[in-house]
Parts: sequence; structure tokens; C-alpha cells
Amino acid sequence: MKTTLFTRPAWAGIIVCAALLALLPVLNLSFPASHPLHVSSYMVALVGKFMCYAMAALALDLVWGYTGILSLGHGVFFALGGYAHGMYLMRAIGREGVYQSDLPDFMVFLDWKTYPWFWSMTDNFWYSMLLVVAVPGVLAFVFGYFAFRSRIKGVYFSIITQAMTFAFMLLFFRNNTGFGGNNGFTDFKRIVGHTITAPSTKAALYLITLAMLLGALLLCRWIVRSKLGRVLQAVRDSESRLMFIGYNPLWFKLFVWTLSAVLCGIAGALYVPQVGIINPSEMSPANSIEMVIWAAVGGRGTLLGPIIGAFSVNGLKSWFTGAFPDLWLYALGLMFILVTLFMPQGILGLAAKLRRQKEAA
Amino acid sequence: MNKFIKLTATALLCLHAALAHAAIDPALLAPLAGDDPDARIEAVGKIAALANDDAYKVLSALKNDTLYATPDGKVLIVDGANALDPATGATAPAPEGIDNITVNNRLRGVVEASMAGLKLFSQDRDERLRAARELQKGADAAQAPLIVKALAAEQDPEIRPLLEKAAATANLQSPDPAIRRGAVQALASSSNASLVPVLRGMVDKGVDGSYSEPDETVRAAAAATLQKLERRLALTEIVGNLFYGVSLGSVLLLAALGLAITFGLMGIINMAHGELLMIGAYATYVCQLMFRKYFPEALDAYLLVALPAAFLASALVGIVLERTVIRWLYGRPLETLLATWGISLILMQAVRSIFGAQNVEVANPSWMSGGITVLGSLVLSWNRIVIIFFSLVVVAAVWLILNKTRLGLFVRAVTQNRRMADCAGVSTGRVDMMTFGLGSGIAGLGGVALSQLGNVGPDLGQNYIVDSFMVVVLGGVGQLAGTVIAAFGLGEINKFLEPFSGAVLAKIAILVFIIIFIQKRPQGLFALKGRSVE
Repeated sequence: MKTTLFTRPAWAGIIVCAALLALLPVLNLSFPASHPLHVSSYMVALVGKFMCYAMAALALDLVWGYTGILSLGHGVFFALGGYAHGMYLMRAIGREGVYQSDLPDFMVFLDWKTYPWFWSMTDNFWYSMLLVVAVPGVLAFVFGYFAFRSRIKGVYFSIITQAMTFAFMLLFFRNNTGFGGNNGFTDFKRIVGHTITAPSTKAALYLITLAMLLGALLLCRWIVRSKLGRVLQAVRDSESRLMFIGYNPLWFKLFVWTLSAVLCGIAGALYVPQVGIINPSEMSPANSIEMVIWAAVGGRGTLLGPIIGAFSVNGLKSWFTGAFPDLWLYALGLMFILVTLFMPQGILGLAAKLRRQKEAA
Repeated sequence: MNKFIKLTATALLCLHAALAHAAIDPALLAPLAGDDPDARIEAVGKIAALANDDAYKVLSALKNDTLYATPDGKVLIVDGANALDPATGATAPAPEGIDNITVNNRLRGVVEASMAGLKLFSQDRDERLRAARELQKGADAAQAPLIVKALAAEQDPEIRPLLEKAAATANLQSPDPAIRRGAVQALASSSNASLVPVLRGMVDKGVDGSYSEPDETVRAAAAATLQKLERRLALTEIVGNLFYGVSLGSVLLLAALGLAITFGLMGIINMAHGELLMIGAYATYVCQLMFRKYFPEALDAYLLVALPAAFLASALVGIVLERTVIRWLYGRPLETLLATWGISLILMQAVRSIFGAQNVEVANPSWMSGGITVLGSLVLSWNRIVIIFFSLVVVAAVWLILNKTRLGLFVRAVTQNRRMADCAGVSTGRVDMMTFGLGSGIAGLGGVALSQLGNVGPDLGQNYIVDSFMVVVLGGVGQLAGTVIAAFGLGEINKFLEPFSGAVLAKIAILVFIIIFIQKRPQGLFALKGRSVE
């Protein structure tokens, strides 16, 4: 039996939203600032950022919503993807840094003469793209292998992932780790030969992000509807029974966990050139747990829900931090509490419930 | 500036009233105007050894660049238009053509040390003690005469050994081998780490293959002293690490003990646990403010009031949380985790709104400040010692409550078999509430302890939440003894790793260690056996 997953109106919604999102940078470029149809560059950058967050939330939904593994450490994969891409962007600055050296400013500051070994070849764009996929992927694979093999699950797994992101944050905060300490990477100049601040480059990055987000959505849909997806949901609903039937959940969990980390890493890599900075605070436990609330607000286990959640929570955050900066944490905290207490299925679950009630009436 | 110098000089004049007033021999002053750096340093030492007011005036003039030399080599202290000749004590208008005596960094260091050395003659015992301690850390050969003179006059049994060591340190550079040997032998009971390179230099061959210390008997004595010194330093380091490890362990224990109850016994993932610690710390702060305002004479006693206040404040917050949010989420740990995280955000922001985002100042009461010195140089601070004992008292209290009281009986019954306890007439909801309140209140007590050691700010709890969970998970869920051992074990490991790897890498190593450990023993150090496992 195959579930429909996305209903006909949902498909229509996806297509309309994607088209509208694709239109934003076009409106930004083709109309002057005074024109009523003009969309500000700020808005384009903001939505571009949200799409990266949405992709991270989607990745989280794959493990939490479908496999029942709550990760409080996805921020580390997001940030590692960002750092992997950031290494290329730092080298693309060339000699235009403050010290006019071949090395990035922070290395000059530390009095390093050459690049450390892990920076080798990062001046190649495609190699850095490989790192974006490989670094979060390998970390997730190794970490997941050990964790799942000894059948750590539930809150224990969540706490360990939180400890992992905490440890990475401490590690990256050190100057001697070789990733710029607490300033991280910033002041990027160009990406594959294009000036990074140019509106056309920004628009291109935006459209690539949109395409990747749609691609990730379709990939996740394909996975959760396949037989593999059914096994994953069985892991979520009753892992012991699945084992009694004769499945070994280890490899299923490991696959989806690693894939999720890779998606998250890609989201981070798309995030860094658009935002223009990556630093260790992205790895703080608070950031990772905020990703979870995006998925929870939208409705976990729905794929579309986390995307809606990422957009709505972050939209709300942008508005709050502008209008009532002191109240945002109250609002976020309340959101955590109210969503878990009153709408455990999120916005989409609430919508489905209302629809059923209407049909019954 | 000049006025200040005059003031200090006058102050010193009073301090040195016992010293005879005498002018300075021009032969001592002459090298100061010369070019030979070694002669100038020697001159400073000799002038300081006079230990009188004129010596002090000359040295402070040298330090403040108001010492001038005439072309014929006379030294004058210039104050505006007037010049004082220290050799005669006469004041005259400053002559033409005098040059400022330049002071390089090396000379300045010697001058400052010598001026500190002059304090050895102060009539105030505490000031002499401070000066002697300062000198014992590092004394120059030039100061030897000064110290010997001070030693002859010193009667105090606490200051004398300090001065003897300082004299010996200064005498290490004496040209006379017998004095050097005596100095080396006198230093055998020292525990001053800065002597190690000096002694090592005397024992080892230089780069050119010859000994820098020509006398063989002195070398042998130096080698013996060095061995003793290094052994004592190693011991000091081990004892120091042990102490700081136990101290860190007691902090971890206090932070994690409440969690051992709420998470360990009740299975509630309370991410707001750190904020309950923070509330305890802020309750301490409020108590301190109250005492400052209303009972300033009894300020030292504020901690005694802060303990119950912090317990009640945190317990009350905990009970409200349990009744309004957490009890609807029993059996759904992941949801509990998210909801309590939301609570922690709200609590943090609430504290920011009330007390401001800055850290607040919580001072140790006077009986907790300072420390005791052991093994010569290791200071064990009172606040850490008190907190170590406090943590043990709290553990004992928790153990008694859980094992010897009616509430404890109910708690254990509900933990082991909720339904059966319910059937037997235990009001499980009420027990849940009380248990959560107890765990939260103990977090509040932990907050009092934390406020005595570090900064108190809205982010206080965030720093401890990961650590606390690690301690409980490592110790084994539901095991009080496991929590205690895990806390002290982690504290010790952390402090013994730190010298090799630095604080951050030590912490990372510990997190990695715990992650690996949990692979091997998913149930922690002390695993529950039997049915209750799954």
C-alpha cells in the first residue's frame, strides 16, 4: 500500500509556492527600488536564509518524524557543511585580506606560515563541495554506527547528540583548531569568480537553494514512500517488533541518519555564502534544539510541515526581534510548550483535524 | 605626581622613624651617574641596603626620572627649580647643564624590587610579611645586603624563615662558593617553582660544554636541592590537582544531584534544570541584597538564610512546572524535553527582564574568603573546602529522605511500580509533585554553591545542563551512589587532563570518553538489573 503523502491540493500548493519563491529575485533584479513590484534585497536574502533552514528542518524530519530519532545535534552538521564551504570561500579571498597575505587573516594573526593539512586542496571549489557532503556524512556515520550498534535510543541518544554539538562548539571556539576561533569565517569576496555581494550572484545562490530544497523534498518523499521508508516508520513505532520479524534496524537507521546529516550539511553550505558568516555559535545546543521546534511547529512526519514550520517560526522571529526584541524568547519558549501540549502534530496536523471535523459535520 | 612622591616619602619617614638619619656616601652615588650597567645595579643594591629615608628618596627619584647628574658626576634630586644633594642633604637651586639619569627596564626592575625591599623595615608586621613573601618569590643578588640587614633586625618567627629563603635566593649569585653552597643548602626546604631553572642552570652544563657553576661541591649541593625541590613541587601539583578535582566534582555533584532525582528516579528530562540552579543562585543574590540593606552588621550570615530561600524558590518553581506542564507529558520523554527547553528559555528571559542581562555580584561571606596554605605554596581556598563538605551533607540528606522517610518510601514505591502504589492508596500525583519539588529544591541548593564560586548571570544554568546530564547518565539512572562517583570521577579526570591538554580539550576528551563509555555500558556505571531495565 502506498500512501498518497501529498494530496492534490498539496501538490498545487508546492508548485505555486515554488513559483512565487522563484519570482522574488527576478522582481528584485528587474524593477527599480521605487517600483511597487520591487522586492528588497533584504527580503531576498532573508527568504534565502529561510530556505536553508527549511532544508535543515526537512532533514531533521526524516530522522525524527519518520524514524523516531530525535537529534539535538543537527546544528553541528549544518555548521560543518558551512565550514567546509567556508574554507573554499576564505581561500577565494586571495590576498585581499587585511594583512594582504596568502593565508586568511586569522592564520596571520596566529603567526602560522602555512596552511594546516586539513586545509589542503580547499582552494578547489569541487573539492570543497565534496567536503560539504563528506564531512557531515562521515561524522554522522561513525557517530551513528557506535550509537545505534549499542542500541542507544530515545532521550539518551538526544542527550548524547547534544553533548556532541557542545563538544564541537568548544573545539571550534579554540583559535588553534584552525577555523578562525570565535570569529569564524567572514568577509568573503567571491565565489567561483563572481563577486559575492553582487545582486546577480545573490540571486543565483537563492535560486540554487530553492532548487536544492525542492530536490531534497522530492528525495525525502521518494524515500519515505519506498519500502525502506516503511521500515523506518516501523523503527519509529516499534523497534523491538521489527527486530522480532527479522530486520536489523542498525543499517536502516544508519542510512537515514547519515543522509539527514548530509542534507543538513548541504543546507549549511548554501547558508554560508548567502549570510556571509559562519562561526561556532551555529553549533550551540540552543541552535540545534531550535531546529527541532521548526519541525514540531509545522508538523513532524509530514515533510511539508517542517518546511512550513521553518518559514513561519523564522518569519515570526524576524518580526519579533525587530518589533519586540525582549519578548522573542518568551514567544519561542511558549511555542515549545504550547506546541508539545496542545498541537503535537503541528500546523499540518491541526489543519487535518479541522478538515476531518468539517467533513464529519 | 611630585606631591604624591612627597606624600609617600613622608609616610615612609614616619614608618622609618626608628632608623637613624644619615647622608649617603658620594662614592655610593657616583656609579649611578656612570655608564656601567652592572655597577649601577650594584649601587642601587648598596643604597637600598642603607635602609634609610635618603636611600628611599634617591631610589624613588631614580624611578620617577627626577634624578639628575652634573657633568662632574654629582647626583642631584631635582624638584622643580630646586635640587637636593643626597650626599650632603643640602638644597640649592638646580645648576645649569645637568642631565637626567636614564633608567632602562633592567635597572627599573631592580629599583622597584629594592623599594619593595625597604618595606622589610616597616613597623607594621603585616607589611613586613607581605614584603618578605614578595621577595621570597625572586630576589636579586643586589638585594642580598638589604635582606641580610633586615634579617638581623627581624624577630617575628613567621617572617624570619621567609627572609632566610629570600637571602639564600639572593646569595645564589654570590661570588664566594661557600656562601653559594650555604645558600643552596638553605633552599632545600623551599617550594618555590621559580628556583628550578636557576638550580638547573647550576647543575647542568652550558651550551659550550662547561659548567656555569665552577665549584663542584656547590654543584652537588644544588643537585640534591633540585631533587628535593622537584619532588616537593610534583607532590604539590598532585595534591593541588586532587583538591581542585574534588572541588569540581562537588560542583558537578550539586548541579547533578537534583537531576538524579527528577531524571534518574522519575524519568523526566528536565532541560530547565540548569535554570533551577540559576534561580537558586539569584535567590542567594537577593538574600545578600536584603542583608546589605537591613542587617549590614550580620552580612556574614546571609548564606544561612539563602540556603532555605533558594531551596524554597527553586522547589516552588519546580512544583508549578510539574503541575502545569510536565504532568501532561508523562511517558512522552521527547515531548517533555522540548517543553522543558521552552520553560528554560522563558525562565532565562524572565531573569533577564528582572535583574538585567549582566552578571550580578555575589560576594563570599568573610568566613569563606581566603584559604589555608599547605606544602608551602598551595592555597586551598575556604569557599571550595566549604562547598566540598556542603555537597556531602546534601547527598547524605537526600539519601536519608529517600531511604528513611515516608515520602522516600512513597517515591521508591511509585518509581518501582506506579500502578501498584496507586492501588495501595498512594496518591501518586502528589508524590510526583513532591519528588519533582525535592529535586528542583536541591538544584536551588546547588545554585547557592555555584554563586559562591563563579559568576551569577542568566546563562549560568546553560553551562551546567550538559555536564549534569553527563554525570547522571554516566552514574547510571536512578543510582545515587553512581551519581556521586561519576561526579567526583569526572572532576578528577578533568583536572588531571587539564595540564596536558588545556581546559577545552580536557572537556572535549571527557565528552568523547562518556560517549564511548555509554557504548560499552548503556545503563551507566551502576546498571539496574532485572525487569525495570526496559
